[in-house]
Amino acid sequence: MLDKNGIAKRIAKEIRDGYYVNLGIGIPTLVANYIPDTIDVVLQSENGLLGMGPFPMAGEEDADLINAGKQTITTLPGAAIFDSAMSFGMIRAQKVDLTILGAMEVSEHGDIASWKIPGKLVKGMGGAMDLVASAKNIIVAMQQTNKAGESKLLPTCKLPLTGVRCIRKIVTEMAVFEVDIANGGFHLRERAPGVSVSEIRNATAGKFIAEGDIPEMQL
Amino acid sequence: MSTSPVVGGNQLKTLMINKVVANAKEAIAGISDGMTLMLGGFGLCGIPENCIHEIAERGISGLTCISNNAGVDDFGIGLLLQKRQVKKMIASYVGENAEFERQLLTGELEVELVPQGTLATRCMAAGYGMPAIFTPAGVGTEVAEGKEVRNFGGKDYLLEMAFEAEFALVKAWKGDTAGNLMYRMTARNFNPVMAMAGKITIAEVEELVPAGELDPDHIHTPGIYVHRIFQGTNYEKRIEQRTVRQDH
Repeated sequence: MLDKNGIAKRIAKEIRDGYYVNLGIGIPTLVANYIPDTIDVVLQSENGLLGMGPFPMAGEEDADLINAGKQTITTLPGAAIFDSAMSFGMIRAQKVDLTILGAMEVSEHGDIASWKIPGKLVKGMGGAMDLVASAKNIIVAMQQTNKAGESKLLPTCKLPLTGVRCIRKIVTEMAVFEVDIANGGFHLRERAPGVSVSEIRNATAGKFIAEGDIPEMQL
Repeated sequence: MSTSPVVGGNQLKTLMINKVVANAKEAIAGISDGMTLMLGGFGLCGIPENCIHEIAERGISGLTCISNNAGVDDFGIGLLLQKRQVKKMIASYVGENAEFERQLLTGELEVELVPQGTLATRCMAAGYGMPAIFTPAGVGTEVAEGKEVRNFGGKDYLLEMAFEAEFALVKAWKGDTAGNLMYRMTARNFNPVMAMAGKITIAEVEELVPAGELDPDHIHTPGIYVHRIFQGTNYEKRIEQRTVRQDH
């Protein structure tokens, strides 16, 4: 079973040299810590920055320089600043190669719910609806089950949707899945170290497909 | 032989259009109960602090506020929420404001949650003189309810209308007396598109300089979009999530 950093570490392996990448809030933010030094990646922050660098040293925080999670950050050489309309313009026009975001639920047809629990917490969708509607390459980082132990990989989402038929890849603490959007189904591709196929099956409420020998993740 | 008017030389002059007002109090003249305002900023970054304080001070109420966020409980638009001055909030993300959430759940506050890119682009459309846009964001979700869906090239898009706002309140880093604006770092965010979208746009700046001092090549918002400009005071520029790395 992976912890949050383990999930981030596995997702980082999906990033290729030259990618422009948008990282969501939560586990996706941790992915930046595991991008190998051997590749060049440009991180996009949807408030209006390409070339996001690490957090600043204490005393060097700049109130005018934050990421989409409102955290103080830095820029790297070659960074560019732009307004929020242009920022979502480049997302909509699919200039961003990879989007990594969190989710509360994903359905076996690739629908995603991530922004609202009716009657409870209301935060808003932020940029998530724009990202999932436009991005060509999305990886969801999420926990396989909720606090009550119920699967968050479902036949259909119960919570209000963020987007429909858009999620093709999911990494959880237990597994890596590919989603068959057209036919419906979570194809198990990798197991977390020490986790069995049956354990993963038991934690997947939607249509579960495991064909042949499922390898353990290489971290 | 024909003669043509001589340009330059002795006729060279400084641009005389002057958008400067003395302070926030003068700048917000005309903003009254029930109006729709756009407020620039992302989180607490690049928000028009001086104008917000002045509106809070004056107790103008029944406002519809279009802004990406709703501030925090005691800063930004949160100050207006505290005093029940906001009737309706149009925003994309409001997670940092407990008072906002309370008013929403009790029904005191009307809220329209809009995807962030849609919010920015509906502002942009207004500033570009376009009545509406098509975007895929929100297709198949509750955001799409009651909206026209059009299929282009096999993909569905929502028709989203340009915003209309009586006033836009923006914050820039530098501005000149002609209303030209430059922003700094990610404090730019929604400010340029909102500056373009307001029927009357009020810009507050950290440094106000005479026309001619800013390089025309470096202007982000041309003064034609700005009706009133003033140098703000006492900027707090509060940091919402101070995050640092350890030396190693």
